[in-house]
This record gives sequence, C-alpha cells and structure tokens, in this order.
Amino acid sequence: MHLEYQVYEADFVNAGSASSSIKKTLKQLNINPAIIKRVVVALYEAEVNAIAHAYGGTITADIDANKINIKVVDKGPGIPDIDWAMQEGNSTASPEVRDMGFGAGMGLPNIQKNVDKLNVQSTVGVGTSVEMEVNFK
Amino acid sequence: MTIKEIATLLDAKVVCGKERLDEEHENAFASDLMSDVLTLGDHNPIILTGLCNLQTIRTCEMGNLDIIILVRKKKATEEMIEMAEEEGMVLMECNYSMFKACGILYQAGIQAIY
Repeated sequence: MHLEYQVYEADFVNAGSASSSIKKTLKQLNINPAIIKRVVVALYEAEVNAIAHAYGGTITADIDANKINIKVVDKGPGIPDIDWAMQEGNSTASPEVRDMGFGAGMGLPNIQKNVDKLNVQSTVGVGTSVEMEVNFK
Repeated sequence: MTIKEIATLLDAKVVCGKERLDEEHENAFASDLMSDVLTLGDHNPIILTGLCNLQTIRTCEMGNLDIIILVRKKKATEEMIEMAEEEGMVLMECNYSMFKACGILYQAGIQAIY
C-alpha cells in the first residue's frame, strides 16, 4: 500500500493530519496498537518538523505485511549539523512553534527511539529527508 | 478512580466524552510541552495540561492519550471539542492551577508514571 500527503509551511492547523490518517489505516490493518503508537509518534514529530522548520514537503508511506517505511522529504532550508540536531535539547524553533508545545529539541531524538531504522539526509539550501522504518513483528 | 470522581475532585466541566465517566484510571502525567507528552512510550496516562490548542488534541491522539484535563481556566475551542469527539476522547476544563490539580489527584491516589 502506498500513501502520499503534502504538508505546508506553518500550516499548524493541519499539522498531524497525515499522521492521523496513517494511524487510522494501520488500525484498519489490525497492527499491534503499541507498534502503531511508535509509528505515529515518530511520524508526527517528523510532520511537525516539516511544517515548523521547513518550507513544507511530502510524506510518503509504504506498508507491506511486515513493516512500514515512511519518507518525509521537505523543501529546505536544510540542517547544517545533523549530529547537533539529533541531540536532546538542541532546537532552532521559532516562538510560534514553542507556543504550540514544541521546539524543545526532542523531535529527532524521539523519532530515533521509536523506529527500527532511521536515515536523515540534509543539504543546506535544498532540504531534509527523514526516512524511517518500523517492523510490525 | 473513575473519571466522574476525578471531575468532581477538580470541580471540572466535562466538555466531551460524558459517556465514559464510569471508566477507572490510575495514572496521570502533567506537562505544557507536547514534546514531553510524546515521550511516554507504552504508558497511556490521563494528561493535565495548560496548553490549549488543536495540537494538544492531535498530540494526545498520536500518543493514545484519550483523557485530557485543561487546567488554569483554559477553555477548549469548538475545533478542539470536535476533534476530541471524533477521537472518542474525554476532555475537561478545570479552573485550578496545574499544581493544585496535580496535588489533589495525587493526594486522592492517582499515581505518577515516573
């Protein structure tokens, strides 16, 4: 199954709608609720990142019998130092993002805790790609 | 403790999920930071928060956290209530400070998750 969603810069009203849709799909597929929670927490963090830090982007999810693979590809500005961004507490979030309850520098580290595979690639001026995979068993 | 007892202790107004008042719950977590709410792993506690916007509901949806108590006189918007209803959540509004609401629940036996 292949799913695709667009997310838009600073569109906080709809932040989480892709994650919510994927959560409902996984529920319909009778995936273990504890695994669904790991998938959607990681995805939601990445979705909020694309809306809060980037100029929007695309979320694609590929689901088979054994796993879900999700790619969140945004349109920039890119992360200059991924190792820095992966450390808890480091954040470049705007006051608006902090008002929404985010921006504590816990997004990428929390994604890492919840997925089985994570690959973050970023080019300054081009964008960031966060690819994550969670096994169903 | 039932949701109804919790609402009574906090003098809180249940704005959605009234059909779930007899459910029993034992644990709670309090934070205004949704990033923290997303780090609770397998736990699904009652959430007390002073953050009152759509992301409060969305975040709780992602975390399977379906009992939300808004503290510090925060009032849920229509959009928040609508989304909470869609997700089958219990949403209540409490005029007490976060400290007071947590203190009352803790004293009454509601447990912390860590």
